[in-house]
Amino acid sequence: MSDMTTTRRDVVITGIGIASSLGEGVEAHAAALAAGGPPVVDSESFKPYPLHPLAPLELDRQIPKKSDQRQMEPWQRLGVYAAGLALDSAGIKQDAEAKSALQVIVAAGGGERDHAVDAAILSGLRGANEPGTYLNEHLMGDLRPTLFLAQLSNLLAGNIAIVHGVTGPSRTFMGEEQAGVDAIRTAHARIASGQSDLMLVGGAYNAERRDMLLLFELGGYLRRDRFAPVFAREDAPGLITGSAGAFLVLESAERAAARGAKVHARLSQTGATRSRRAPGTVESALTGLVSGFGPLGADALAISAATGCAGITAEEAGALAKAAPSAKRLAAGDLVGHGVEAAFPVSVALAAIALSAGQAKEAIVTGAGHWRGEGAAHLVKA
Amino acid sequence: MTAHRDAKGRPIVAVTGLGVVTSLGQGKETNWRALTAGKSGIHRIDRFPTEGLRTTIGGTVDFLFDEPFTAPQLSEKLATLAAEEAVAQSGLGAPGDFPGELFMAVPPVEMEWPQKQEMAQAIEGEVDYDGLLRAAATGKYRAMHELFVFGGVADHIADRFGTRGSPISLSTACSSGATAIQMGVEAIRRGETQAALCIGTDGSIHAEALIRFSLLSALSTQNDPPEGAAKPFSKNRDGFVMGEGAGALVLEDYDHALARGATILGIVAGCGERGDGFHRTRSSPDGKPAILAMQDALADAGLTPDDVDYINAHGTSTPENDKMEAMSCAAVFGERMASLPISSNKSMIGHTLTAAGAVEAVISFMTIANGTIPPTINYANPDPAIALDVVPNTARKAKVRTVISNSFGFGGQNTCLVLTAPPEAA
Repeated sequence: MSDMTTTRRDVVITGIGIASSLGEGVEAHAAALAAGGPPVVDSESFKPYPLHPLAPLELDRQIPKKSDQRQMEPWQRLGVYAAGLALDSAGIKQDAEAKSALQVIVAAGGGERDHAVDAAILSGLRGANEPGTYLNEHLMGDLRPTLFLAQLSNLLAGNIAIVHGVTGPSRTFMGEEQAGVDAIRTAHARIASGQSDLMLVGGAYNAERRDMLLLFELGGYLRRDRFAPVFAREDAPGLITGSAGAFLVLESAERAAARGAKVHARLSQTGATRSRRAPGTVESALTGLVSGFGPLGADALAISAATGCAGITAEEAGALAKAAPSAKRLAAGDLVGHGVEAAFPVSVALAAIALSAGQAKEAIVTGAGHWRGEGAAHLVKA
Repeated sequence: MTAHRDAKGRPIVAVTGLGVVTSLGQGKETNWRALTAGKSGIHRIDRFPTEGLRTTIGGTVDFLFDEPFTAPQLSEKLATLAAEEAVAQSGLGAPGDFPGELFMAVPPVEMEWPQKQEMAQAIEGEVDYDGLLRAAATGKYRAMHELFVFGGVADHIADRFGTRGSPISLSTACSSGATAIQMGVEAIRRGETQAALCIGTDGSIHAEALIRFSLLSALSTQNDPPEGAAKPFSKNRDGFVMGEGAGALVLEDYDHALARGATILGIVAGCGERGDGFHRTRSSPDGKPAILAMQDALADAGLTPDDVDYINAHGTSTPENDKMEAMSCAAVFGERMASLPISSNKSMIGHTLTAAGAVEAVISFMTIANGTIPPTINYANPDPAIALDVVPNTARKAKVRTVISNSFGFGGQNTCLVLTAPPEAA
């Protein structure tokens, strides 16, 4: 008897929710994909760091209660908004039975610090006689009690449950870009193996915050001054982050067919690995993942979630040149910026949008985290 | 050899290695001795000044570093020690070459005050984030990036143990440790991997972490005596006590373990999880998600409530959790609940937060192996509204073959595991 009890089932994308600097929804992003840009860049507000600010959203459309909006940080609002768009797109927003079966995987970082409180405390601490006591007193007095809930990684998933009435279980993956890769990979594997029929998977990133810029700048990962395309940043390599959120409804092909759902694309394969970073490891890791998908059609689309960081970006280009030489290469970062945990889900969403809009018949998605992790996905037209 | 399968035709998930560190000490032996003696690991915090704080106690792990450290460093150290114990017991692979995937529950991290203060010293004038960014741009603080990325701890563990694939860093708040185990079970059932290293770790008691929970009125403020503060299911319970620790489990396809002659310590027979869209910090008052999570876990294991010998409670010692949990257990187990033992390890080690589900799963398997149920200590003032056999104050000898271990967290996270003794006849 066979050792494998798992059956491989087709996994399809029946819902796409996306919001970014380009606006929201499938049409806005399909148009940008077709035109290849231009991106919306803000080079002034966080000078010297350019970034892609979120387009204004009418939050009430997805988060009707002001009290819910108030209890969230911008990254949570963005994620809940994008998740709502995905549920609408899949036609299951009002389907209580589907929402109780829906399993959620969110790729998330943490919430924003209260920058003003931090600055005041840090200034005060320098002159304090009893720094520990000073810190306690000011944290107790100056932190908003609910700030913690707006910061906790798993509270994006928690807010999706509360706002959209999703009563299925959720898991939150952390770990920067690779969290997004593993979220998509795990959701796909659960459906393909029959462990689940319906998943909501994605992530959200708010780029407009200095605390996150600080984390990247500590490691020297940020590009300065002006925008340049992801694969043309040799003069000053680095990330240009962008506010973006994307969620996908993944479904077994049988379930989608049974309810007559519109299928945007089939998510045929996913892969993730962690190379022990050294020159060449990203190229060989990505080449291996993409080659594993088998021969690609001549007119395939390659959407790259590349960061623009030194070395690894050229290696990703090298991997694509080797494993997908005839594919048309597009960098998600050239459209919406780099969305860290959301970068891979955003890129898969863009690929699904391109297939759904008839811009290609087949697409691969690749990405290498700014520090760790490599991932890839393969989508085909439904 | 015919492959063994569970009632649903899936690979059986065996446990072949266990490791644990808590405020009671390092390793299974030390912890088991203390837990069965009803000893508390809760003490006054001296890691940082506690002047002006409403809560000044915790189950901190203070025996691992001499010099100052950050939460990710302690969390990594705790995870390393627990995993070393588990992997060594399993005898699987070779040092630095673990033939399976890594699933880790890690606390969310962010830059901490001492590091920000260090940078602030380099700034002229008022310190704001633009000033910190200028300091960062000098490249002098480069190591802080790797210290404070979310994926750092799991990456270091993956390097040290040589686990396969892309390591998972996950959070489901206070049920994270149980979710790490559940993800390992699912990967083995899918046939993706024949072994998984599942770890829950949390070494994040610092001033701001404690203050955040304090501002939500979640913590016990009965600081004196510290060891009396965590009193799950008692009438005068007033909040949880933060704890630190790590639990690690080596999960393995049962047939894979048998084939290499490994000692099977137990089986993770079933997992159940349910979301709760009721509130950000509170559970549905009707307990429905917790009830369903327990029922799902039993159904996943192909067992019934009557098969359960003992409940390893979430039992945080908050007024709300313990009431909700008791009610949910009554709904699942009915009249049996009056005599079905349920105890809370948190009465002794505090709430180890991200680690709790894994730490308590390890203790549950020790409960099965030793035929002794660790008590709920500090049970001097029973809550008449929730009549339970909490195994009060003193450990009890009992034949335990099947345990249900509960974990419930902020954000509507409910995860339950059904853990069973090794099959008697393989």
